[in-house]
Amino acid sequence: MTAPLIELRHIGKSFAAVRALQDVSLTIGRGEIHCLAGENGSGKSTLIKVISGVWQPDQGEILIDGQKISGLDPRAAIAHGVQVIYQDFSLFGNLTVAENLALSTELQAKRKLVSWGRVRRIAEEAKRKLGVELDLDALVETLPTAGKQLVAIARALMSDPRLLIMDEPTTALTGREVEALFRVVRDIQSRGIAVLFVSHKMREMLDISETLTVIRSGTVVAAGPISQFDEGSITRAMTGQEIAAEGYRWDGPAGATPLLDVSGLTIPGQLEDISLRVMPGEIVGISGLLGSGRTELALALFGMQPRYDGQIRIDGKDARLDSVQRAIAHGIAYVPEDRLTEGLFLTQTIDRNMLATSLGRLSRGGVVHGGRAAQEAAGMIQDMAIATPTGDRPVTQLSGGNQQRVVIGRWLLNDPRLLILNGPTVGVDVGSKVGIHRKIRELARERGLGVLMISDDLPELVDNCNRIVVLHRGRVVSDTPTEATSEAMLSEQLGALA
Amino acid sequence: MSGLATALRRNPELMVAAVLVLSVITIGLINPVFWQPANIFSLLRASVITGILALAVLMVMLSGGIDVSFPAFAIAAMYLTVKAMIAWGFDGVLLPFAMATGIGVLLGLVNAVFVHYLRMIPLIVTLGTGTAVRGFILGVVGTSQINIDQMPPLLIGFARGELFSVTQADGSQTGLSAMVLVYAVIAVLVHLMLRHTMMGRSIYALGGGTEAARRVGFNVRRTTFFIYGLAGALAGFAGLLHGAMIWTANPRDMVGLELDVIAAVVLGGASIFGGRGSVIGTVLGVLTLVVITNSLIILGVDTTWQRVVVGLIVIAATAATAWRDRKRIA
Repeated sequence: MTAPLIELRHIGKSFAAVRALQDVSLTIGRGEIHCLAGENGSGKSTLIKVISGVWQPDQGEILIDGQKISGLDPRAAIAHGVQVIYQDFSLFGNLTVAENLALSTELQAKRKLVSWGRVRRIAEEAKRKLGVELDLDALVETLPTAGKQLVAIARALMSDPRLLIMDEPTTALTGREVEALFRVVRDIQSRGIAVLFVSHKMREMLDISETLTVIRSGTVVAAGPISQFDEGSITRAMTGQEIAAEGYRWDGPAGATPLLDVSGLTIPGQLEDISLRVMPGEIVGISGLLGSGRTELALALFGMQPRYDGQIRIDGKDARLDSVQRAIAHGIAYVPEDRLTEGLFLTQTIDRNMLATSLGRLSRGGVVHGGRAAQEAAGMIQDMAIATPTGDRPVTQLSGGNQQRVVIGRWLLNDPRLLILNGPTVGVDVGSKVGIHRKIRELARERGLGVLMISDDLPELVDNCNRIVVLHRGRVVSDTPTEATSEAMLSEQLGALA
Repeated sequence: MSGLATALRRNPELMVAAVLVLSVITIGLINPVFWQPANIFSLLRASVITGILALAVLMVMLSGGIDVSFPAFAIAAMYLTVKAMIAWGFDGVLLPFAMATGIGVLLGLVNAVFVHYLRMIPLIVTLGTGTAVRGFILGVVGTSQINIDQMPPLLIGFARGELFSVTQADGSQTGLSAMVLVYAVIAVLVHLMLRHTMMGRSIYALGGGTEAARRVGFNVRRTTFFIYGLAGALAGFAGLLHGAMIWTANPRDMVGLELDVIAAVVLGGASIFGGRGSVIGTVLGVLTLVVITNSLIILGVDTTWQRVVVGLIVIAATAATAWRDRKRIA
């Protein structure tokens, strides 16, 4: 029996007082597609960096081809055929495709001088090896994401790797691009190259991998052939908790005054005659393809599209939502899609981010009441179960899920009536996602908050909304109670619209 | 418009070349004195020091940093070297330039230590080291200006060398300083280094992304030390050359020169965000800046306006590169 390609035995790694990895063992066979699953902060990235020699483990040993390797560094790892494609691709946007493709080969050959003819030849060869079309003279920064990924893969293949590690390769890809990527990955495998596919997306793992290793809090919690797993067991292993999917039901009085009543909302070129109602305590899902008008609708309701036609009534009274200030005054809160650029002040503390929209309420004569502010922030940190010892830490130290809770918590401090969430759990790991969903349902059920949840994640909508509205080209095409639909039906409906 | 943007992205030198040609034609039309050999030679001579310093700044800027310490380093290297020559009664050319260059290297490496090991922002580091070095020179080494009567004659003689001279229409002789050749040789060497060595490409790679450069296998520490060391060397060399060319070693010289040099580099198409720029562009940028600022006199504009012009050039050139790069950031 030949030795496996790479074997990690009882690897341990600590940073200061934090144990990032503990007793991790992992074996990757030749030409195997192995999936490494785990939530953000589970130790996945640390493990990748140990395999690629960026960090040396404190304990344990690494064997390649059955030979013990000590002091593995990045160059040695590359020499042993380990290539990593990081999530950001690690390409040089300011250089041409050709130079990006040739650089690592030139470095491996320890060249001191650059011959542009040779660069060209290497790039041509890389292109041929991957069998795709690439404009070698284009600057990498001008390529779309999928194109950059192809360059990164082609570059990795140039050093004749035996193990290709792909860190969250599908994050920024569309469905069709993911399929194309999988074809490339299977083609790579057919040449005897092993692929370590790092992901937290269930469907992809089940689709592409042969073997699965799940890590949580720095230790391996499950491992084996993919046939032994299903979505439920992977989720359980990743989160360490049973996540039951029970739908959200709303059974409020049918005759009550709607919290939000939109009729005939029209913005030329964006929205056409939208009518929509949200009752207190309802969670209404909004689905639709990109460009369907989902975000435009959210922005209109938040007062960011002052020039609209049609009527918006809140609690039965006419409301003219022509500025953000007015929307806030009517109790509308909006958590944007891209919380990093639109929702958070990244250089500021958790407290300050939390209090950003409450300062007016908490101040008198322009002076903020510090004690009350601190108290409210601390209360909300506890309420939202944000994982931090104190609120004076930079908000950037939090994981994606916790950052999202800060943004939601900020709005809850203002006691909103209607919460609009745009992609509430994008980039948030499974465990955190469940926590955020639970909190949203609790708010709707107990405080009578109305929620509009815009999402691409159909299971998220089906699990959490009592009603789902589908938009297409700025119009409402369906408005269905969740119990009368399913993820499959929605997916089919969206597919037909595409 | 997008075709123009693409052309400029691929050949950013086109823009500065156009600005240079346009300025030269305009100035020449307003005052034909511009075309006299004496004026042309004097402009070329005036671009030598700014030009060598600009090559140093170009390298730092390509790697994603910025350097404002080089005028201080240049003056320190020049003043220390000249002081030492006088103290030891030594006169010559090669050894003094080696010494000034060496002082520049050492000071540059100090910058590299802060930038690499302490992960500090280059602007702050170089602001600090530049100020400290200037203070040290004035406080410890001396404040007095060394004039022509004390300057080592061989050094001055070297800087007075001419490549050739021509007779002008009025019968006067005017020559092209040989220092232009020194500058040209340095520019060609830096160009070859940036374009045709892995070290040069690693500077571009660093400007494209430090983490990516590290992952591909570049030795980021070596590149950083190389950049700041070589930038220091060029500064030290240019400092002594400057002293030799003006026959004076003044420890208070070159104050505010960093802005002119950075203006020239940015004008030459280098991005202040790093990763893009070229020696050809920088050489053209320096020439453009020198032509514009030095021609204010023959255009009859008061020289006090020079600073206004330099400031405006920085803003205009940065705005132009930002416009060029906006797609990248979007």
